[in-house]
Amino acid sequence: MNEALNSIDTALLEQIADMKGGQAPGAVNIRKDSGCASRITTDDVDIRSKTDKPGIDIFIRAGARKAVCHIPVIITRSGLTETVYNDFYIGEGAECTIIAGCGIHNCGEDESRHDGVHTFHIEKGARVTYVEKHYGEGDGGGKKNMNPQTVAYLAEGAFLKMDTSQIKGIDSTKRDTRIVCGPGAETVVTERLQTHGEQVAESNMEIVLDGDGARGRVISRSVAQERSRQVFYPKMTGNAKCFGHVQCDSIIMDDARISSIPAIVANSTEAELIHEAAIGKIAGDQLLKLQTLGLTREEAEERILKGFLA
Amino acid sequence: MLELRHLQYSVTENAETNDIIKDVSLTVPDGQLLVLTGPNGGGKTTLAKLIMGLLTPTAGQILWNGADVTALDLTQRARLGISYGFQQPPRFKGIKVGDLLSIASGKKLLRRTEACALLTQVGLCAADYIDRDVDTSLSGGEVKRIEIATILARESGLMILDEPEAGIDLWSFNKLTETFSALHAKRDATMIIISHQERIIALADEIAVVDHGVITRRGAAAEVYPAIVSGAYNTACPARQ
Repeated sequence: MNEALNSIDTALLEQIADMKGGQAPGAVNIRKDSGCASRITTDDVDIRSKTDKPGIDIFIRAGARKAVCHIPVIITRSGLTETVYNDFYIGEGAECTIIAGCGIHNCGEDESRHDGVHTFHIEKGARVTYVEKHYGEGDGGGKKNMNPQTVAYLAEGAFLKMDTSQIKGIDSTKRDTRIVCGPGAETVVTERLQTHGEQVAESNMEIVLDGDGARGRVISRSVAQERSRQVFYPKMTGNAKCFGHVQCDSIIMDDARISSIPAIVANSTEAELIHEAAIGKIAGDQLLKLQTLGLTREEAEERILKGFLA
Repeated sequence: MLELRHLQYSVTENAETNDIIKDVSLTVPDGQLLVLTGPNGGGKTTLAKLIMGLLTPTAGQILWNGADVTALDLTQRARLGISYGFQQPPRFKGIKVGDLLSIASGKKLLRRTEACALLTQVGLCAADYIDRDVDTSLSGGEVKRIEIATILARESGLMILDEPEAGIDLWSFNKLTETFSALHAKRDATMIIISHQERIIALADEIAVVDHGVITRRGAAAEVYPAIVSGAYNTACPARQ
């Protein structure tokens, strides 16, 4: 157990990064209330604090195999707002999993906000899995807001799998993602979002397929409940012989509102781009089927949403 | 035992009432396999949905094992051991075949070997399907067989299957009739199957012909089926008359 962490901290870390008692295998950097609560580096992963602005530089050794790095951020002080810059340098041919994520516990009346700016430089043939979970809790009237920005540059033959999810409790989020794929590079982005109450979420995403053989896939699944609002702008741009697919599915409930505005842009006759978008309520026959299997209507609804966002 | 007493179901639209089920009384003893057959639009599916609780009767009573279940909802009837296989089963984004079988079995986590046994009974190889989403990537026949596997997983006392053969290829159909036959041989469950298929009808203890919202004929398969085939119970076209 890390002594710099209390039970609220460890609970947050478990929610956002599956860390038990604040521990995780591989390299670790825990940012707590704008300070560093823990840092562990390994032979494959080096982590250094930035000297010109808040944030860290993460270096994954070229050729590293199955390197793992946890870099969660937690905010437990009401009224704390911060912008943090993290840069990732993934060496040629490296294989790594990076678990990020941010949890806010706000029991006060002031806004707590974390704006994370993440930039990935992924060298030739490297394979990266990037997981980011956002979560908010606390009974105070203070807002829990997050505005993540992610930019990634993929060199030839590199691969980035990005899984982002907003579990619950974030009042307002504006997410910006831009991924540029070089020749033969591939990215698969999965975004999961659930909003309720008066929450507001906006996601702007652009995947640029910049080299021959580049491939991009965006899978966006969202559920909007009560009076929450969601807006999605996923855009796939093809500048070469490439393949891109955008798929946005949303479930709308209660008095929520969702806008899903996918775009595909071809700047080459060889670009093959597809988008699909659907918004709808939970299908009645799905609820009935699960009820015939013995679930109540509420249990059936919960099970359908859980599966949809899994 | 299942008992239907003067069951009626009407729909009123634009001040016009349409009687879908007019007055059906029916008793199905424990362990019996009853096939409901008859012309399209005759009321077979409506009757099955009334028993499951997917529709509410306008009048009449439904008794299951002596208890009046007419006022019970879908979930309550399911928990009393009534199950229903949809003619056109829904698809789910994000729910895997294994998940659906677990939900159906009522177990939090169905063992892989148990799920495998269920899928084998409907002619599917578990390794190929258990981790797949029950979504549009599956063919109509595959979804239909998974639907039947969910009914088998429930191990319920009353199994209602609406045209289980629809969309299923000949090879899988052979497996399915074997499965129904083996189930029926155990006599653990009462089975009501809506079907027009001769080989399913051949498994039945009794056949009931549902036409224009009433049961026009009921009797042993050996007795009723030849009459249906010969045209004695076919609905005549008024123009031809």
